[in-house]
Amino acid sequence: MSRLKTLFDALRQKKIKALIPFITAGDPQPDFTVTLMHAMVTAGASIIELGVPFSDPMADGPVIQAADERALLHHVSLLDVIEMVKQFRRDDVQTPVVLMGYLNPIEILGYQRFAELASAAGIDGVLIVDMPPEEAEEFTALMTQNSINTIFLISPTTSAKRIEKICQFASGYLYYVSLKGVTGANTLDVDSVARKLTEIRSITDLPVGVGFGIKDGETAQAVSRVADAVVVGSALVKKMAKYQNDQDLMNQKVSGILREMRSMMDAVSEN
Amino acid sequence: MSTVSTEYIQDYYSYPDQRGHFGKFGGLFVAETLMGPLQELREAYEKYAQDADFLREYDADLKHFVGRPSPVYFAERLTSKIGGAQIWLKREDLNHTGAHKVNNTVGQALLAKRMGKTRIIAETGAGQHGVASATVAARMGLECVVYMGAEDIKRQTANVYRMKLLGATVVPVTSGSKTLKDALNEAMRDWVTNIDDTFYIIGTVAGPHPYPAMVRDFQSIIGREARSQMLEAAGKLPNALVACVGGGSNAIGLFHEFLNDRDIELYGVEGGGDGIESGRHAAPLSAGVPGVLHGNRTYLMTDKDGQIIETHCISAGLDYPGVGPEHAWLKETGRAIYTSITDKEALVAFHELTRMEGIIPALESSHAIAYATRLARDKSPDEIILVNLSGRGDKDIHTVAELEGITV
Repeated sequence: MSRLKTLFDALRQKKIKALIPFITAGDPQPDFTVTLMHAMVTAGASIIELGVPFSDPMADGPVIQAADERALLHHVSLLDVIEMVKQFRRDDVQTPVVLMGYLNPIEILGYQRFAELASAAGIDGVLIVDMPPEEAEEFTALMTQNSINTIFLISPTTSAKRIEKICQFASGYLYYVSLKGVTGANTLDVDSVARKLTEIRSITDLPVGVGFGIKDGETAQAVSRVADAVVVGSALVKKMAKYQNDQDLMNQKVSGILREMRSMMDAVSEN
Repeated sequence: MSTVSTEYIQDYYSYPDQRGHFGKFGGLFVAETLMGPLQELREAYEKYAQDADFLREYDADLKHFVGRPSPVYFAERLTSKIGGAQIWLKREDLNHTGAHKVNNTVGQALLAKRMGKTRIIAETGAGQHGVASATVAARMGLECVVYMGAEDIKRQTANVYRMKLLGATVVPVTSGSKTLKDALNEAMRDWVTNIDDTFYIIGTVAGPHPYPAMVRDFQSIIGREARSQMLEAAGKLPNALVACVGGGSNAIGLFHEFLNDRDIELYGVEGGGDGIESGRHAAPLSAGVPGVLHGNRTYLMTDKDGQIIETHCISAGLDYPGVGPEHAWLKETGRAIYTSITDKEALVAFHELTRMEGIIPALESSHAIAYATRLARDKSPDEIILVNLSGRGDKDIHTVAELEGITV
């Protein structure tokens, strides 16, 4: 059974929600990433989404764009990111790791080679932002053969018909983008998120994570009332940028946000 | 050399398929939030492309606002100097706003109005597409925001001012390489945030489906006019067509009408910069590999890690690391031949056309002129080469003067 399935089954039993931090691999420096991944797990992360830096991150706002640029200053490649997960797995065989990024680095490496390397490194899932299900058939089949889940986005503009189509290709969990726009955008309307999640759940049993607009304990708590998982990215990456010159402080600040989110989310499930 | 597909293409007009594929190229590679709006656009375009009222309005605007048809012109002195095939020019430089770009912006802005959108956005490199977008926005009373790389804003101050005069807001893009590709990224980010009231006018035959097909259709007026004009003026069709290729909209605009005329040779000329061997160029079809960027699969300038490489070319309009997917497919099937011209060669052609014919060509179009003169030498005087003179060179005189150490 996949690590993602094991995790979501266990969390469901315990009636708590998953907390999924996103960081860009190699930001601010390549050798900071694995240490930070472990620190995030200690602080309460259930799954880690690791961004693969790309020169043209079209779906990302300024905060994640800057993170990609910092990582690319060190020429962090897809192969480097896979290597980081391999290193992470030496001390953590439990926490699922999902790579998130754009298609071109995988196209250039080759789907087959990527599937083999990712699987061997202990990568559990892949979310390719610019690959909708219409273009995902060959890729999804290869990932499935190599026991890697393929996570897809659902947005406020996704119709019920499309949700069905997406669910034919999705595994692990679904990622609901809570608002129109790019990562790091502002307000989040929990009621409209709840309505969309009801629609999604009428179509699939897959766990649904919600991201975009979650920045603190309060928003994480609100979303965790309705979602199976809470994804936080830009709020963490902002802190990483601010404390990029002091690794210990950076790890503390990021862990601090996650701890607050974790405890407020767990307070809900105890009610 | 290009790999020629073994598959014989019966009909070049049966592409792209329903999902926007030209063979393995093209497609729809965007984030989920854009899938809905792209479907809405596709449906609207399919509807209005068949709508008599829409087409009448488009044709009327091309005639009275753009000034079409643009003439074909026999470059007699240039031809006799070269001493080979006849060189003819399709005069897109005579269009309102000075280039072929306006053929497309008129069409897309009319579509935006039909779809009830009140705000248009555009990306621009040299500023020609930005000016063409700002122009139709003014004409139709639409709000207009143009994204332009901070580097390009410095290089093209006159066009920036022109857009502002026309009432557009020009937003400097400071991410990445601060050029055209980054402007496109930023326009996509705006669109995904403001999809309810905003129409994104892409300026070239790239981007996600339906843009490559839609922009091609709006530009294919160039080739349709050229066919009847050549028959009338020369009594026969050209033997070869030559056009410069950045994203590739003027080239597709000329080529498309002739795709099934298989004895007519098609040449696309990319920006060779300092030369292909230098690595400093903008020639993905000549020296790139297939990959995915800006919503489609096509030839790209990318490094071994899949990061997009910065391009180099004297003309900002060719300075793009990708190319329209239909060109990638025409290369793959062997229907068109893609080659490149260096900055230096383009400059020679710029001066030559200016002095021999009294026509100052855009630096982009100068690449096509340069290749056509080379091609003409190997052909006989009864053969005809038709070059798409895609734009006028007024916008480039500062660049040329600066290279020659002159302050204008």
